[in-house]
Amino acid sequence: MDKDNQIKIINGKLSEFSLLLLSSDHDPLYQLEQSDLVKICKILKKDQELDYSILIDICAVDYLTYGHADWKTNDATKTGYSRAVEHKIIADVDEEFPDRFAIFYQLLSISKNTRLTLKTFTTKANPPSVPSVNKIWNSANWFEREAFDLMGVHFKGHPDLRRILTDYGFIGHPFRKDFPTNGNLEVIYDENKEQVVYKPVSISTRPTVPRVIRKND
Amino acid sequence: MTESNLSLNFGPQHPAAHGVLRLIMELDGEVVKKLDPHIGLLHRGTEKLAEIKPFNHSIGYMDRMDYVSMMCCEHSYVLAIERLLNITPPKRAQYIRVMFDEITRLLNHLLWLGAHGLDIGAMALFLYCFREREDLLDCYEAVSGARMHATYYRPGGVYRDLPDEMPKYLSNRYISEKKVKQLNYNREGSLLDFIEDFTDRFPSLINEYETLLTDNRIWKQRTVDIGIVSPERAKDLGFSGPMLRGSGIEWDLRRKQPYEVYDELEFLIPVGSNGDCYDRYLVRVEEMRQSNKIIQQCIKWLRDNPGSVMIDDNKYASPKREQMKHDMESLIYHFKLFTEGYSVPKGEVYAAIEHPKGEFGVFLMSDGANKPYRMKVRAPSFAHLAAIDEMSKGHMLADVVSIIGTLDIVFGEIDR
Repeated sequence: MDKDNQIKIINGKLSEFSLLLLSSDHDPLYQLEQSDLVKICKILKKDQELDYSILIDICAVDYLTYGHADWKTNDATKTGYSRAVEHKIIADVDEEFPDRFAIFYQLLSISKNTRLTLKTFTTKANPPSVPSVNKIWNSANWFEREAFDLMGVHFKGHPDLRRILTDYGFIGHPFRKDFPTNGNLEVIYDENKEQVVYKPVSISTRPTVPRVIRKND
Repeated sequence: MTESNLSLNFGPQHPAAHGVLRLIMELDGEVVKKLDPHIGLLHRGTEKLAEIKPFNHSIGYMDRMDYVSMMCCEHSYVLAIERLLNITPPKRAQYIRVMFDEITRLLNHLLWLGAHGLDIGAMALFLYCFREREDLLDCYEAVSGARMHATYYRPGGVYRDLPDEMPKYLSNRYISEKKVKQLNYNREGSLLDFIEDFTDRFPSLINEYETLLTDNRIWKQRTVDIGIVSPERAKDLGFSGPMLRGSGIEWDLRRKQPYEVYDELEFLIPVGSNGDCYDRYLVRVEEMRQSNKIIQQCIKWLRDNPGSVMIDDNKYASPKREQMKHDMESLIYHFKLFTEGYSVPKGEVYAAIEHPKGEFGVFLMSDGANKPYRMKVRAPSFAHLAAIDEMSKGHMLADVVSIIGTLDIVFGEIDR
């Protein structure tokens, strides 16, 4: 099935919801309201013309520092480049993105041989949450646990929302942009206590290459 | 939990755990009631590390995702970058990639077959499989300099062309001249000659493995009707690759959503019927035969079509050293590429390939910078391991080992 046809069918089947086609350069990418998510997913799976029978992946994204660069590339001739090594935590959320966390769902239809990406922002309240799609696709179970563990997004209705990848007793959500790359705690063996102990990290993040944004011509 | 149930800890250090898998089992006698895998013991935060590095620096980290099928993991990442940059590598590079993807598939399936056999009690097979892996790892070494973590694929092509000669054994006080001559018999020509010699020998070697296993009574008792997954459940659980095909669904990204030059190559997709461990074994063995065929077709094409293996655009590919000596522009490109890297246009892309274990995908998000904004690896083993509870329920404790083996899991990509 070609892409235009696929988009036409999706738009037709989901006309009652507020959908936004963000991009069709690669696989079609739709943005939708998180309150509609479960209803839309049910249709996408059950409808014979769509038949998205496999949920391939769930990816959580933190938009906190989107578009932020260490170096200003346009006016740097006057001021020179900074060292780009100081540790910054950006408190202001970018104006373009009123919501900070988004979830991307990759769907695959085996019978129609098409892929589809869904994007939805989480609720604004803390903790951020989206409804779980675990009942629709069982493969969501671990993908949602992973997103909860690493990004701190709650999935409402998930039967077993536990941490999955981080250590027992880990504090924080490491893939958030305000979580330092080197972490907060390090583990050493204390010879006096004769046991493994946690202590604050003694290393700091030092980017070897500054992050720059250049407009491609 | 009733009083008769027993909670048992399995792993993380157990030979049958294939790495660092910890299972909390609930047993009723010898029957498994519940399995709770505890993963993450190998979590290195590769996706977070990728965010602080220019795009090219993370290629080597992708080798360490699934460390038994290294180049396939690179392939998916490189493909994602290429799709965002909207560049296509030269055809010769695409053929080289396909050839090494299939060599990687053989590497993966050979290790899987050996280790799976060892788990269930087929000792000899392990030695045979590793004998063949040795030759394939030599191909890796000849082309990239590293036996495992190659870092060979680059956005826009591959690092360098196939070498004209193979590294040879040298004689010393332990190995005589005569012995060295025997060892070097297939290393006199180019890398392609070496691979061709391997592909000529390999089908008969697969027959050897099959003689040991396919009709073996013990092998069948350990695998037939163990861990059955219906086609509907396989889809629901997010299976891909041999796990999906073992359940009877004909789905192979190489054929259905071809990338690189797979649409020009001839091969068949083996499909199972019962969805048990034995069917998945048959599927993987047949896949090895098909991979062998693909490699032979690639060798033929690569012999006939010499040419460039990297795109010309110096924004993404380093200029030649001679060029830099007399061309200022090349020098600038070289400097920019190696200090800052290239900026990738805004956008999100998901690029998936048919990895030996299933669908390996990379979701890459760029905000226009020289580093990825977010990189997410979709690991096939992750989805497969999530289903172990459902697959093992009601089976005996010893069957859990068969099921772990049939999942073909590697913790590098599960824990990332």
